[in-house]
Amino acid sequence: MAISFEHVTFTYQAGTPMAQTALEDVSFNLPDHGYLAIIGHTGSGKSTLVQQINALLKPTSGTIKIDDFTITPNTTNADLKPLRQHVGMVFQFPESQLFEETIRKDIAFGPQNFGMSPEDANELADQMLTTVGLDISYAERSPFELSGGQMRRVAIAGVLAMRPQVLILDEPTAGLDPQGRQEMMDLFEQLHREQGLTIVLVTHQMEDVAEYAEQVAIMREGRLVKFGDVQEAFGDPDWLLANQLDVPRAAQFAQQLAKRGFQWQPLPLTADQLAEQIAEQWQKRGTDHV
Amino acid sequence: MENIIEVKHLSYRYGKEQRPALNDVSFDVHRGEWLAIVGHNGSGKSTLAKSLDGLLPFTEGTVTVDGLELSPATVWQVREKIGMIFQNPDNQFVGATVEDDVAFGLENRQVTREDMIPRVKAAIEEVGMHDFAQREPSSLSGGQKQRVALAGIVAITPSILILDEATSMLDPLGRHDMLELVSKLRRDQKLTVISITHDIDEAANADRILVIDDGQLVQEASPAEIFALGEKLVDLGLDLPFTAKLKAALKKRGIEPPTNYQTMAEMEEWLWQSLSNT
Repeated sequence: MAISFEHVTFTYQAGTPMAQTALEDVSFNLPDHGYLAIIGHTGSGKSTLVQQINALLKPTSGTIKIDDFTITPNTTNADLKPLRQHVGMVFQFPESQLFEETIRKDIAFGPQNFGMSPEDANELADQMLTTVGLDISYAERSPFELSGGQMRRVAIAGVLAMRPQVLILDEPTAGLDPQGRQEMMDLFEQLHREQGLTIVLVTHQMEDVAEYAEQVAIMREGRLVKFGDVQEAFGDPDWLLANQLDVPRAAQFAQQLAKRGFQWQPLPLTADQLAEQIAEQWQKRGTDHV
Repeated sequence: MENIIEVKHLSYRYGKEQRPALNDVSFDVHRGEWLAIVGHNGSGKSTLAKSLDGLLPFTEGTVTVDGLELSPATVWQVREKIGMIFQNPDNQFVGATVEDDVAFGLENRQVTREDMIPRVKAAIEEVGMHDFAQREPSSLSGGQKQRVALAGIVAITPSILILDEATSMLDPLGRHDMLELVSKLRRDQKLTVISITHDIDEAANADRILVIDDGQLVQEASPAEIFALGEKLVDLGLDLPFTAKLKAALKKRGIEPPTNYQTMAEMEEWLWQSLSNT
């Protein structure tokens, strides 16, 4: 699903003395099957922005279009039900939302709520369990006996069971160990690649952005200060540093070498991209010697 | 070097679990050092940390803290010596304001009001949160919350600080600030620091690293020795340093970098030497 924001502004407690503007005049277009990373400091408006996409928060002014759905300040909740079925949201620490007696029941809860028969929902639940990399033998167990990383997988399976076309992930790997993080990111990449899910990822992990994202949105104080592909977003490390954002390690390293006369085209953002360009120069060196 | 903590043959089993969460673990912590404990989720690191503070009644072995052997009779004296910070900053607040929260530990110790006020103030100053003394903890960012938790510990002047994945829920800036603050507190308050972590930067701050796997102590080494393990670091529950990732990517392309541990600067030097010799 393509997502477009047109001059979206959002104010918490609008019209009261407590009013606080969290998004200001945000506009962008994300193509269908995109993979968007949203970065920025704590409090820059990232979470407020993603909550607009499934209309948990509705804009104070402006318009959001998600394929054929249009969200305006006047959209009613009744109009939003079909949209919410298509936009799956994984909150921070989703494992805290588990509540059922068994893992199967927990995953099947959402689809049943949207009218699926218990039999079909259970079958779908088992399927989703496999998708997130857990063995089917887990289905009858209590979700509360699992490790933190496994609980998070179950919670994500519950979101996937809604068969969303857009998956919103708000810091999905926070608090996991490096291996758990890697497995989680691989899962999203697979869903994106194989099932064509549009992914919107809120993260502080710049290495993940460089590795997985296709588009990047940079937020600062409620404004969208940069939107583009990964190279456009990270190609100017000085700008990132001036905005107190982390530069991917590979780009930092490449910049150090650039000071000594190395030439990069374009600036490498991942270890793989960096090694690729080094290997090219390595071979050239070989031929120069001959 | 003097040991502030001595752990001997420590074992622990949760409920009816077959496998012990800790299996015959022995090690020492030197006074004043920064010791990092690394390992996978579920390796037993947090169980170990909780055992040191008497939060878990271990089944076998002994823990001696600052000359006191941990037992039901000494646990409260031992806890006077240890301050602990946990992963989730939201799970450790009791006070309605930052000041109240920092005062909580002192109230528990029946410190007089005259004595308490300056100590709370000083602790909040020490962590750089004086502008927030009257704020509600819930209105703070994750990094600020962990600072307040640190102030609560500073106020009771323990000799040991245990960080149980205390930076894992913070953004990069918050994590960096927190580690700087811990370094400063360690200096100012002469603290011994034990940090349980997956974070490579946090582990790099340590003087020594212990690796726990499946409830057992499998390795003890300096950060340089541990980081030299390269891609095996992932098996230890640590992230790969960037240089290890780059080396692996270069090897895939038939370029063999030197095998010993290299910092970013050494790696840069090596590449520059190798490629500019034309």
